[in-house]
Amino acid sequence: MSDVAQALGGASFTGFARVEELAPQGMISFRGDLSDPVVQEALRAATGLEMPAQRGIVQAEERALGWMSPDEAILLMPHAALGGVLVELRAALAGQHHLAVDVSDARVTFRLSGPGAREVLAKLAPVDLSPAAFAEGELRRTRVAQVAAAFWLSGAEEIALICFRSVARYVFDLLAVSAAEGGEVRAF
Amino acid sequence: MLLIQCPYCDEALPELEFAYAGEAHIARPADPSALSDEEWRDFLFIRTNTRGPHFERWRHIHGCGQFFNAVRDTVSDRFLMTYKAGEPRPVLNALEAAE
Ligand SMILES: [Zn+2]
Repeated sequence: MSDVAQALGGASFTGFARVEELAPQGMISFRGDLSDPVVQEALRAATGLEMPAQRGIVQAEERALGWMSPDEAILLMPHAALGGVLVELRAALAGQHHLAVDVSDARVTFRLSGPGAREVLAKLAPVDLSPAAFAEGELRRTRVAQVAAAFWLSGAEEIALICFRSVARYVFDLLAVSAAEGGEVRAF
Repeated sequence: MLLIQCPYCDEALPELEFAYAGEAHIARPADPSALSDEEWRDFLFIRTNTRGPHFERWRHIHGCGQFFNAVRDTVSDRFLMTYKAGEPRPVLNALEAAE
């Protein structure tokens, strides 16, 4: 089997926070009526995760299930598990209007870590990232500077961010500039 | 920053995430071939160009991606309300009275 090529070869930068391109992970884009109990059950069974609330994300170990819109969910998992999840979803929803597609290669994932992680992103996105406003379990779709992105807290002082692979370099450079030593604002 | 209530995300979110998408409640004619040139022109191009509360479509393009409708005052740029696509046009008098 061939290796999955990373967009930036696992680039990283350390300033007052650390920015890393993560190893590729399996990612499924799911479209369907998320208010439908049959769809909810299919997602629950295929991922082993509870349905997230509106604008939410549910995570456990290497898996996550995120609410993207009333008719879209994102599923994250190790690459090796993706094929099985797709098969399960399609079987559970056979004959029902839905779409489940492997989009692993469409996006890249970055990790921001360290005490300044929130601040790195706060300079780039029109989002209140103070601990009081942005909490674990929230999936925020918005933009960073010129492009679309989504992010969530993936641990203590750790933020996961996804964006399209075609803008991986742009987003990495943005994050790196924002994290550069001397750029601390200490707003939070 | 102007905040816009997305009826699908149920939250007031920054204008930067949204895109304007023209006047709302303009139904495409069921049979375009039956229309005169003037009627087709009116459907394509003629808009109310309201001074005051205006019914318009917006899209939460850098968010949930959904289209929805809004009533925005074109003088003050104030959003009187937003509502899901497909819901009936709200009654203006009631909205203005609530202002
Ligand atoms: Zn929205």
